[in-house]
Amino acid sequence: MHAEFVQLSLTPILIGIFASVACALPGNFLILRRQALIGDAISHVVLPGIVVAFLLTGGVASMAMMLGAAGAAVLAVLLIEAVKRLGRIEPGAAMGVVFTSMFAGGVLLLEQSDTSSVHLDVQHALMGNLESLIWFKAKGWHSLADPAALAALPDELPRMALVCLVVVALTVIFWRPLKISTFDEGFARAIGLPVAAIGFGLVVTAAVAAVAAFDAVGSIIVIAMFICPPAAARLMTNRLEAQVLWSVGFAVLAAVLGYVFAGYGPLWFGGAEAVSAAGMIAAVSGLILGLACLFGPCRARVGQGRDPAEA
Amino acid sequence: MTPTMTTAARLAGLPAGLDLAAADGEALHPEAAAESPLSIRGLTVSYGEKPAVFSVDATFPDGALSAIIGPNGAGKSTLLKAALGIIPRLSGEVSVFGRPIDAARARIAYVPQRASVDWDFPTSVLDVVSMGLYRRLGLLRRMRSEERAHALACLERVGMTDFADRQIGQLSGGQQQRVFLARALAQGADLYLLDEPFAGVDAATERAIIEVLKSLRAEGRAVVCVHHDLSTVESYFDHVFLINVRRIAEGPVASTFTAGNLQATYGGRLAAGHIEQLRLGGGTA
Ligand SMILES: Nc1ncnc2c1ncn2[C@@H]1O[C@H](COP(=O)(O)OP(=O)(O)O)[C@@H](O)[C@H]1O
Ligand SMILES: [Mg+2]
Repeated sequence: MHAEFVQLSLTPILIGIFASVACALPGNFLILRRQALIGDAISHVVLPGIVVAFLLTGGVASMAMMLGAAGAAVLAVLLIEAVKRLGRIEPGAAMGVVFTSMFAGGVLLLEQSDTSSVHLDVQHALMGNLESLIWFKAKGWHSLADPAALAALPDELPRMALVCLVVVALTVIFWRPLKISTFDEGFARAIGLPVAAIGFGLVVTAAVAAVAAFDAVGSIIVIAMFICPPAAARLMTNRLEAQVLWSVGFAVLAAVLGYVFAGYGPLWFGGAEAVSAAGMIAAVSGLILGLACLFGPCRARVGQGRDPAEA
Repeated sequence: MTPTMTTAARLAGLPAGLDLAAADGEALHPEAAAESPLSIRGLTVSYGEKPAVFSVDATFPDGALSAIIGPNGAGKSTLLKAALGIIPRLSGEVSVFGRPIDAARARIAYVPQRASVDWDFPTSVLDVVSMGLYRRLGLLRRMRSEERAHALACLERVGMTDFADRQIGQLSGGQQQRVFLARALAQGADLYLLDEPFAGVDAATERAIIEVLKSLRAEGRAVVCVHHDLSTVESYFDHVFLINVRRIAEGPVASTFTAGNLQATYGGRLAAGHIEQLRLGGGTA
């Protein structure tokens, strides 16, 4: 039983946790900046990047795919900025223009080139392949101390762990500038904070998290995790510090419960097959948000306690 | 004997009158006396094709309360933001205490228009005031107890101590404005730039804010407010700057805040009756 858990479930759960946390952390700030859809945008624009990487290298090596996807994400962020500035249109529209055209470009590229033979299908893009990221060499918990077994961990695990660690570190180090410039951009500029660089850094960090997670667990988790845990966390507290901790907790909870429900839930209900773990993780995060909307202590926010006569 | 002595004296808490070292310095360097806390030359800002602020010169005096006055959309907020480098300018020079703005940021406190931020933001009153300490704390240093005490003292000055742990959305407009002022106080600046600090606040808050601003003046600091209430200009301010895209007039309230200048600033938008009520133009008051 234990050996089976370590072999089949431990790595997918850990990867799901790291991916969820890496996306939820920047999601807190993106939501407060009204940029939540950037996660959605990024997960669409990585398609042309992946196709180009495939065309250039002729293979589906993870590293090339990651670089292609990351390049596309950064390009998209720059394009969105450029469209916003030059076209003088609102950010949402700029995002829409860029990500639909890049996604369309990706589909065109995919059609024009002979990539149909490889595993570049929509199913993979959406759901990833979390269940297949198993640890063949593991014989049980003791394998965690066995260098030979550790060397055979799926690549996605150390990569996702590293990205998650970097995101956590960046969030901690740049906490104050992030918070100040998210709350009051004018004040932040007046005290000399590099507001544009902070905003760009945040979006690039989100893009890196999204791309890494996209590769391991598919875009559906990315989109869900940027929005659901932070939005649910906001309903639990009125302090940003606590909100971010809540969002991490919710992300972990969604990853674990989602994986377990996907694997065992259908059996409990008499079904024969497990359902997609990625889809279930996203669904659980949505469920958590729904519960927070119904029962969160900080739901009544706007205008609460305000005395209209005084305003 | 450099102009920065003035700052040193102020940080030591000396009133302006006792700042002998600075007075000596000014005697030795006559140009130092001309160093306005905020001096703007040829500032032009445009959001689209038409400039919002056109070729504006302004020189605000030290140790005084100054008002920037003009009709809605006259470019008052734009003038402040462009002077601070918050929005880009097409042309113009800005100096703060005789130095380029980026070298003087530690001496400036800016209070944006209250409506410019999302008051639903998950943060507490004390947290917002602590943002004024950022330049001192930097990225990672934890707030020490004396810094916390300083932030609380700033809250005390605006009468908001009891609200330190409140979420900022659960305050009235006047209370929110006081929190913004407390954040500016926490910065310990020499030049305070406030955008409509009296807009939409209750009478008690208005009194509290003007008292704080007057105490800043008494400490020898410069305060510049965008102001919309013409009836309080004479009782609150020493210096006025009238703007309607271009500079209309600038100078001491007594000589500059006149019916003629107001007419030129507001055009037809200010009925003659309003100006009459202000009893300006030497005499009736
Ligand atoms: N972000 C902006 N984009 C486009 N136009 C703006 C923007 N901010 C202000 N304006 C325009 O610039 C002019 C000056 O605005 P503002 O400085 O806010 O005026 P005031 O503070 O004197 O009421 C107005 O016509 C206003 O509509
Ligand atoms: Mg304004």
